[in-house]
Amino acid sequence: MKKILALILLLSLAFFAYQYINQDLIAPYGQAKIDQSVSSSYVTQSVKENPGFIEYGKSENLELGAANAVTNIVLGYRALDTLGEVTVLFISAIGVSIIINTNAGLFKRSRSGFILRVGAKMTLPIILVVAVFVITHGHLTPGGGFQGGAMIAAGMLLMALSDPDFLPSIKNFKILEGISGTAIVLVGLIGFATTGYFLSNFMNTGQIGHIFSAGTLPILYVFIGLKVGSELTNIITDIVGKEATLD
Amino acid sequence: MINIASIFLILIGIYGILTTQHIIKMIIGLNVFEVGLNLFIISIGFNSEGIVPILNESNKISDFVDPLPQAIVLTSIVIGFGLTAIALLVARNIHNKYGTYNINELGGKIHE
Repeated sequence: MKKILALILLLSLAFFAYQYINQDLIAPYGQAKIDQSVSSSYVTQSVKENPGFIEYGKSENLELGAANAVTNIVLGYRALDTLGEVTVLFISAIGVSIIINTNAGLFKRSRSGFILRVGAKMTLPIILVVAVFVITHGHLTPGGGFQGGAMIAAGMLLMALSDPDFLPSIKNFKILEGISGTAIVLVGLIGFATTGYFLSNFMNTGQIGHIFSAGTLPILYVFIGLKVGSELTNIITDIVGKEATLD
Repeated sequence: MINIASIFLILIGIYGILTTQHIIKMIIGLNVFEVGLNLFIISIGFNSEGIVPILNESNKISDFVDPLPQAIVLTSIVIGFGLTAIALLVARNIHNKYGTYNINELGGKIHE
C-alpha cells in the first residue's frame, strides 16, 4: 500500500517535471546560450560598467579580475552566499562535536601495518603541496578553497588511519579554524568600510591571468581553504577520538 | 540526456526515502536525491559546444558554458556534506539508545 502511494506521488512528480522541461522557462538540453543567461554579465565582468573585450594576460583593472568565472561568482558576485555556506559547514562541525559527546571516538583504534604507516608519511607532503597549489591558484585554474580544504582533510584522514595517535596530538586546528573564519569576515568588513559594500573587492585587481591578480579573491580563498580543511579535520578528530588512549 | 536521467535519479531517491524502513537506507536515498538535483542544476547551463568557463590564452569568453549553476552546485555539495554527517551521527545515536535502525520497531520502543 505504501509503495503504491509512493509510486502515485512519483508519477505525478514526473509529470510535472516533464511539463517543466518542455516549457520555455529553461533552454533545451545542450543549447543554453550564455549571452541569453543571467550570468552573461558575470562572465564579461560588466555588472557595473562594460570593460569591452577581455584578453588573457593583457586586460587590467577589471571588476573582479579572476580568470576562473566560477571563482568570480563564488567569491565576488555571490560572496555572501559563500559566507553562509562556510557558516553551514561550521554549524555542521559543531553539531557533529555535540552529537558524538565523547572523547574516546567511535571506533576501536589499533596499530596499522608497516606499509600503511610509511606510505602515509611519504604521501602526506605531496598531498599538502597539491592542496596548497589548488587553494592558491583557485582564481586561475579549476579548484579553490573548498577543494583544497577537502584535500588537506584527506591527508589528515590518511594520517589518522595510519597512526591513531597523530590527530589527538594536534590541537591547533580549532584555533586555525577560528582565526581564518574571523579573517573572512574582517576582509568583508574592510570592503564595507572602504567601498560601502560587504565583501566587495576593494583591492587593485591587476592583470587577468597573473598569480597576483583579482584583488581580495585569492586572499578569501586561502582563508576559506584553511577554514574548510581545519573544519573537516575537526570532524575526523571527533570521530577518531580526541584522547591518545592507544595501548 | 542528463536532465531526464537526473530527474529519474531524483525520483529514485524520493522513492527510497518514502518506502524503506531503515534509517541508513533513508540517508542513502537522500544522497541519491541530492546527486540527481545537482546533476539537474548543472544540466540547465550545459551547452554541447561550450568549454569550461576558465579564461586562458586560447579560448574566448563567448564559448563558455554557464558558470552560475556550477557555483550554485558548489554550495549545494557542501550543504549536502554537512547534512549527511549530522544525519549519520543521529542515526548512530538512535541505534545506541534503542538498538535498532528500523523505524517501525523504533516507534514501538519509544512508546513503551
